[in-house]
Amino acid sequence: MKFVDEYRDRKAVDQVAEEIRRTVTRPWTIMEVCGGQTHTILKSGLEDLLPPEITLVHGPGCPVCVTPLELIDKAVAIALRPGAILCSFGDMLRVPGSTKSLFDAKAEGADVRVVYSPVDAVKVAREKPERQVVFFAVGFETTAPGNAMAVWQAAREGLENFSVLVAHVLVPPAIEAILSAPACRVQAFLAPGHVCTVVGFEQYEPIAQRYRVPIVVTGFEPLDLLEGTRMAVAQLESGRAEVENQYSRAVTRKGNRAAQKVVAEVFEAANRQWRGIGEIPGSGLRLRETYRRFDAEERFALTAAGAIESPECISGLVLQGLKKPFECPAFGTKCTPERPLGAPMVSSEGACAAYYLYGRHRHGRV
Amino acid sequence: MCLAIPGKITEITEDAEPALRRGKVDFAGVKKEVSLAFLPDAAIGDYVLVHAGFALNTVDEDEARKIFAHLEEMAELEEAAGDAP
Repeated sequence: MKFVDEYRDRKAVDQVAEEIRRTVTRPWTIMEVCGGQTHTILKSGLEDLLPPEITLVHGPGCPVCVTPLELIDKAVAIALRPGAILCSFGDMLRVPGSTKSLFDAKAEGADVRVVYSPVDAVKVAREKPERQVVFFAVGFETTAPGNAMAVWQAAREGLENFSVLVAHVLVPPAIEAILSAPACRVQAFLAPGHVCTVVGFEQYEPIAQRYRVPIVVTGFEPLDLLEGTRMAVAQLESGRAEVENQYSRAVTRKGNRAAQKVVAEVFEAANRQWRGIGEIPGSGLRLRETYRRFDAEERFALTAAGAIESPECISGLVLQGLKKPFECPAFGTKCTPERPLGAPMVSSEGACAAYYLYGRHRHGRV
Repeated sequence: MCLAIPGKITEITEDAEPALRRGKVDFAGVKKEVSLAFLPDAAIGDYVLVHAGFALNTVDEDEARKIFAHLEEMAELEEAAGDAP
């Protein structure tokens, strides 16, 4: 078993879709939170296999998309400082800032480097002690352990030329923000499986109870997503609102303790702005006092200089599942992956990019 | 950023500092060096999911097989129902 191909098997997928068709009796709206799941759904055309009663809406689980514009502006400002090296995951480079992206800064001569892992940025700092090396620490709970470990390693080695620009976000507070919005139409959630490999799914239990909403921890392959949908529909049809784990081959209730430990050592929860959505209490991570000297914002005394959003981009509504990408007038015309107005058109986890890439230009069902 | 496919551990390098435990992981032929700091018990041959260079969990084969057993059962039931007069 390779744990990949088996979950892309057409016959198995059809079988689960048939089971959903057989059990559904009325319309339900289900949100998959993670942008990676959105891409699988669009790429595999899973919506076409679902009965018309089921509407899938796409959530805010795209770290690049929700990173505030002013942090991108700050990353660009750092990159343009003489002697600085800005290291980032590749996805961030093309996201437009108020005036320029990190790619634009690179084109102007800034030393912007794409790294696969935050420890690669630590390595750069080790090799270039005379340069200030900054890692753009974005992501959800999934990248937090690695990013925390990078800071921990820098502290251990006394790498004072290393710092991080922190843009970490957390999923459960975002789910609560979506459920609290007056226009919310989401009746069940497919929770992001890889986030839960780190933190488990205990945190989701009070949410399921408080809002009477089914939450199914779901994997990333086509069969996972249909099976997660089937489990959510079964709960909705029978009036249950529980946390269930479809992704049990990778997720346990308690998650990865060793990973949680290093995150708690380096970071603490803090309020955080979500691009297009606004501030969500307790929805982000910041460095603890003992590691604050590795905070790039403090080190370079960066202040926000009035970030300017594109007035045409409706990414905030797309990220909350209130609009589909093709409902945006700029979609596919003024806004394309080559010339994006907003982050969801850039990221490999962005809903707009998924619709654009896989041809869902005008409507969800083709 | 949250995407990952399982890869198989082919080599492990232990370190006196558990946070520096490393290994090589084979992703369908592409070999990468990853941190095993968060999986102190992972062994050669285990499948792991890796994010940003860190392996975060091993894949449980018994759990993985469950859905296929369920699907087989469903298919058999349907067949039996189809055969019924």
